[in-house]
Amino acid sequence: MTAETLAAPAAFDPGAEAARATAAILHDTLHGTERGVVVDSPPGAGKSTLVVRAALELAGAGRPLMVVAQTNAQVDDLVLRLAEKNPDLPVGRLHSSDADPYDKALDALENVRKSAKAGDLAGLAVVLSTAAKWAHVTVDEPWRHAIVDEAYQMRSDSLLAVAGLFERALFVGDPGQLDPFATVGSEQWAGLAHDPSSSAVTTLLAHNPGLPQHRLPVSWRLPASAARLVSDAFYPYTPFRSGTDHGDRSLAFAVPSDGSGPDRVIDEAAVSGWGLLELPARHTPRTDPEAVRAVATVVRRLLDREGRSTSERSPDPAPLTAARIAVGTAHRDQAAAVRAALAGLGVHDVTVDTANRLQGREYDVTVVLHPLSGRPDATAFHLETGRLCVLTSRHRHACIVVCREGVDDLLDDYPSTEPVQLGTLVKFPDGWEANHAVLAHLAEHRVAWRP
Amino acid sequence: MDKGALASALGSPSVFGQSQFAFVRGNAFEARVKADGGAELLRLVHERLDRGARPPAEARVEVPDLSATGPEGRAARTSLALREATGTPGAWTLLDHPMLALEVAGSPAFLEPDAVVVHPDGTWTVVEIKSFPMLDGSADPAKVGAAARQAAVYVLALEQVAARLDPAPRVRHRVLLVCPKDFSNLPTASAVDVRKQRAVTDRQLARLTRIDEIADALPEGVCFSPEQPAEELAASVEAVPATYAPECLSACELAFHCRARSREAGAVTCLGRPVRAELGGLSTVGDVLAAARGEAGDPDDPAVAALRRAARLRAEALATAGAGTGEVSACR
Amino acid sequence: MSLITTLARLEAVHTGRAQPAATVRHRHLSDRPMVFVPLITAGEAGAPLGALVGTDRDAPHLLVVPQPRDRDLRFAFLAELADIVLPHVEAYAEQVEAAERTETDPETDKRVKVEVDLCADAAQLVVPSRAGIDFVRLLGRSMRFRRTAEQDPETPHPAPPRVPLLGRWLTHYGERARVPGSSLLLAMTDLLGRHWATGQSTLEDQHLGALLAWIARDPEHPGRTGAEAARRAELARDADGQLLCPPAGPATDPAFDNKLLAPAIERYDRARTALAAAEDGLEADDRLGALTAAEREIRDLVESRTRPTWDAVWRGLDLLRELPVGAHVEERWTRDRWSFTSHRDRILSGEPPQPRRDDAVTAANKLATREREQARLEAQEALDDPLVMAGRRLAGEAFAGEVVDVVMAYSESKRPSPRPLVTVRTDDRPYLGERVKVYRSLGGKPQTAEYVGPAAPDDGSDAGAGTGDGALVLRITDRMGRGKEPEAGSVPEKGDLVCFTLFEHEQRGGAKLPDPEQTPWTHGGPPGEAAAVPEAADAQTEEDVL
Repeated sequence: MTAETLAAPAAFDPGAEAARATAAILHDTLHGTERGVVVDSPPGAGKSTLVVRAALELAGAGRPLMVVAQTNAQVDDLVLRLAEKNPDLPVGRLHSSDADPYDKALDALENVRKSAKAGDLAGLAVVLSTAAKWAHVTVDEPWRHAIVDEAYQMRSDSLLAVAGLFERALFVGDPGQLDPFATVGSEQWAGLAHDPSSSAVTTLLAHNPGLPQHRLPVSWRLPASAARLVSDAFYPYTPFRSGTDHGDRSLAFAVPSDGSGPDRVIDEAAVSGWGLLELPARHTPRTDPEAVRAVATVVRRLLDREGRSTSERSPDPAPLTAARIAVGTAHRDQAAAVRAALAGLGVHDVTVDTANRLQGREYDVTVVLHPLSGRPDATAFHLETGRLCVLTSRHRHACIVVCREGVDDLLDDYPSTEPVQLGTLVKFPDGWEANHAVLAHLAEHRVAWRP
Repeated sequence: MDKGALASALGSPSVFGQSQFAFVRGNAFEARVKADGGAELLRLVHERLDRGARPPAEARVEVPDLSATGPEGRAARTSLALREATGTPGAWTLLDHPMLALEVAGSPAFLEPDAVVVHPDGTWTVVEIKSFPMLDGSADPAKVGAAARQAAVYVLALEQVAARLDPAPRVRHRVLLVCPKDFSNLPTASAVDVRKQRAVTDRQLARLTRIDEIADALPEGVCFSPEQPAEELAASVEAVPATYAPECLSACELAFHCRARSREAGAVTCLGRPVRAELGGLSTVGDVLAAARGEAGDPDDPAVAALRRAARLRAEALATAGAGTGEVSACR
Repeated sequence: MSLITTLARLEAVHTGRAQPAATVRHRHLSDRPMVFVPLITAGEAGAPLGALVGTDRDAPHLLVVPQPRDRDLRFAFLAELADIVLPHVEAYAEQVEAAERTETDPETDKRVKVEVDLCADAAQLVVPSRAGIDFVRLLGRSMRFRRTAEQDPETPHPAPPRVPLLGRWLTHYGERARVPGSSLLLAMTDLLGRHWATGQSTLEDQHLGALLAWIARDPEHPGRTGAEAARRAELARDADGQLLCPPAGPATDPAFDNKLLAPAIERYDRARTALAAAEDGLEADDRLGALTAAEREIRDLVESRTRPTWDAVWRGLDLLRELPVGAHVEERWTRDRWSFTSHRDRILSGEPPQPRRDDAVTAANKLATREREQARLEAQEALDDPLVMAGRRLAGEAFAGEVVDVVMAYSESKRPSPRPLVTVRTDDRPYLGERVKVYRSLGGKPQTAEYVGPAAPDDGSDAGAGTGDGALVLRITDRMGRGKEPEAGSVPEKGDLVCFTLFEHEQRGGAKLPDPEQTPWTHGGPPGEAAAVPEAADAQTEEDVL
């Protein structure tokens, strides 16, 4: 394994650092003079915990609060967390008028009122909905406060549609994940402070550069083996640390290795936190059957070998179950192919999804089909930093990447020649550069395998 | 090596060349930007990058003479001027067409930025002067991107020079891009953050195989000189691995030659790199068409299977349309 | 690029001829399009060198700026252009029909129908290539803030009277061209590229001559393959080193600039200087003759570079007219007519020219419109053209097949509505999940169904073996009338061929954005006083090029 030994100054106390940051955020939110507060949250830094805590404190202070999230799943998740922390709090879930507009689990919550009309929810302490639904709401009296969740994944025009609903807001999000996109060209507005296709936070800060900006400094999800790499590769100018140290977590398997590639890469990842299962170089279509089979085999063996994980959460080893494993891919058809392959091996309960859908989720072990594996070309889509960042930052213990050999050469054939728009904030890092950085690191945990 | 002359000798003349109108205007613009001892240029640097410093109009301004013999001599002269300027706090120094040396794959490459400015605080800024316009504050992103990549190389070269000084001065990672404003010939400028391009270039340079290694890998007697007979020349050029893609047409004088070879070989990348994305291991026109028609290829290979489905759907759609019913029956 | 398009391109390589990429024409073509083939001066931002423009393919107007650095000559060019383009546009602006539009009543805040004028048709502008569209935009930008002597008697270099107005129209056309599926301003390379797949890359398709070489056989050289003809169009030069097929512009070939144009402009400059220095009438007459000759020489040069492109654009129009028009093209053109009419109304009501930069609300509204039109275009092209639908089917976004079973069923409400279960056998592989909605076109309107699941394996019916393989069950949920029994023809029958899409056929309107005066603090706040001041004209200097 590589020496990930971060030269941690003995003084670094992750709990204290995180608490300090949270206190400052809550202070600015509740007592600050600015209309907005921005919080950058790297993967697993406790964003949802912060949102729930801020919501409860604002509600506690008697300030009517609206919460804007980007997807229905995110809204439902926040409602459930709020109710868990304070079951007595009157909460409103504003939903669409489509069929099945919200999670049925909400029906069991006594103090959560659901409606498709904002008027029905008037007077409740907290009302939550998606940005899309809020955009159709009109009010005479704006809310005193709002929390905008996943603000980096929200488009500027989407914020424009809802910003009239509140006086002040706390904006929370992860700048390293996938950017919002438009289905048509928007170059003509590049460089404008209010470019409708840029992220909500970009526009907000361009117009209000003086707003307080905070950063959650500690990732509680990523293990010490991963935080450094993810921070260096994807957050080079806003580094963060792991909340746990080397040795705080462990992953072990009851069934010994059979010497095969998948077992060897599992062992490598169990020890070091990373594993690269490298298949022979070959140009393949997206649903490369060998790579798909390799991914499925790794998952099957993870389950068969009876993994046990220990962590700061519990001293007793917890079994590595199917629910704690996820497979990440770049494309939908790849996810479908992996699901089919897993079903063929009798595995049914493992989450298999694209990077877009895995955003914000957390597992013990992830198996990733590298976005550039076997590709004859490297497009902007496959080089997008956020995609690789999401895929390599979902795990608490280990991440195993399955990839064809030769991606570094492919990257060299596609040097970064991005166009540059004057006046736009440079978003870091470059996809090409980040891909190289991750590959160079993975190469140290390589298990070459010819299936 | 003159790739344009080489291309003509190979029988595939390129369409490169510069119009004298563009040339004249470009030179006139640069001269205008640097007129009066660089007063306008320094004003722009101050305004866009260093508002806190004393304005050049009120400060000491130096424009050192950088002339010397040969690129090595000029590079040495530039280094000296940079050292002196950095040691003169409070003054603005404009280095007009300095010469910088950058190690590339073990050999020095000489680079000539349009200008380098040393700020009163001793930091260094790369200035790029381009003749494409900034219209209402924005400019052609492809051209700005190219300028940023070019400037990033200068930044790296300057950093090598800076590293030899003690204490090493800071090379600014925001460069100044100067262009004509709107439809006029007046200069305007924009700060461009080149940290990304700098990081990428740095990694690219580190990954470049050493030039002598490239030379070792080539067969004996390879030599690119336009005076050789065309066939010998072609053979020499073939020996260098090159992957043609349509993007080459706007970037390289030899592209039409490479395209002809690539087409002869039936390479599908002639149609653009994205074409290959769904073809897996199939890389020639013949192979793909044979697989699509069911004449070759492993039906279990997903690429082959997808091709056959595509071919079947395409044939079906064309037959539907060709049937001339006027009604797109199945899909309406 | 979809695999179907890739195959078409590879077939084109193999056969040496372009292959169809569409079976119908997806863009509106006017009966009287105005074609515009401009050239610019290298190195100058949008400085025109000359143009061919007009609606008669046999008699284009030739406009030339013999010395592109001369402001008066450039203004003369723009004034001439305005005299040709504006009467054409205005003729369309005058012909109106009555139409209805839904507006929000400012007093009651209710949606009401109002009767308004809609231009019966709109002027269509066709340029050779995408760079031509950019140039139209640039011309528009350079002209719309100009001041005429009438507007501002103090202005140092007043523009000819109609030039700012032309700038506003060209700006509108350039902006409209960014809307997917719009046809007010079209580039011939885009049009041809949409309907044919050549054996070269899309990048090379930007060369109009090369693109046409693949699509239309040269009658004098019927044996030439597309690749050979295209290469000739790109590279072949005469003994003087001039391209046989000049670039479609607006940029010129450097060899043309350096060898032909620069010397001709020099001769023109000399003749002008000589004329100015003439000492008596006789000498002046003589020298005027020389100047006229020098100018004619430049005119001939410009015509020689634009005429082949002019002919190529008309040739392209001929080819496109041979395709049957797509069913939804007319509907989209009506949207173009609305756009044309609203711009006409803005000018009539005395609104100022379009600002240099969009405010936050305008930009967001434009983006929303374009995304909606993009979705609309994708859906309509698929519905209009089986070849496009084939691509969507291959991508798992649609499926076609035969109805093998229909079972009547009803909803569980108090008044049960028909919810028939339809089993469709298909070889396609749509990305269907439980309760995913699918749509088919029924009498031009979308009918919705939801996916129930795969059909049970062979149930012994006579639908043939393998029903379970590739057969799926859908529940039809609307457009069957109000009664308990579905209306005749509203439910597919056994044996019917059906095609369902996973994408919606019609687009919903988006959320209403605030008025620009209500811009929230996150986006800079209300514009305030600053917005009330009209935008200043561009500063002018002695060296301005426009």
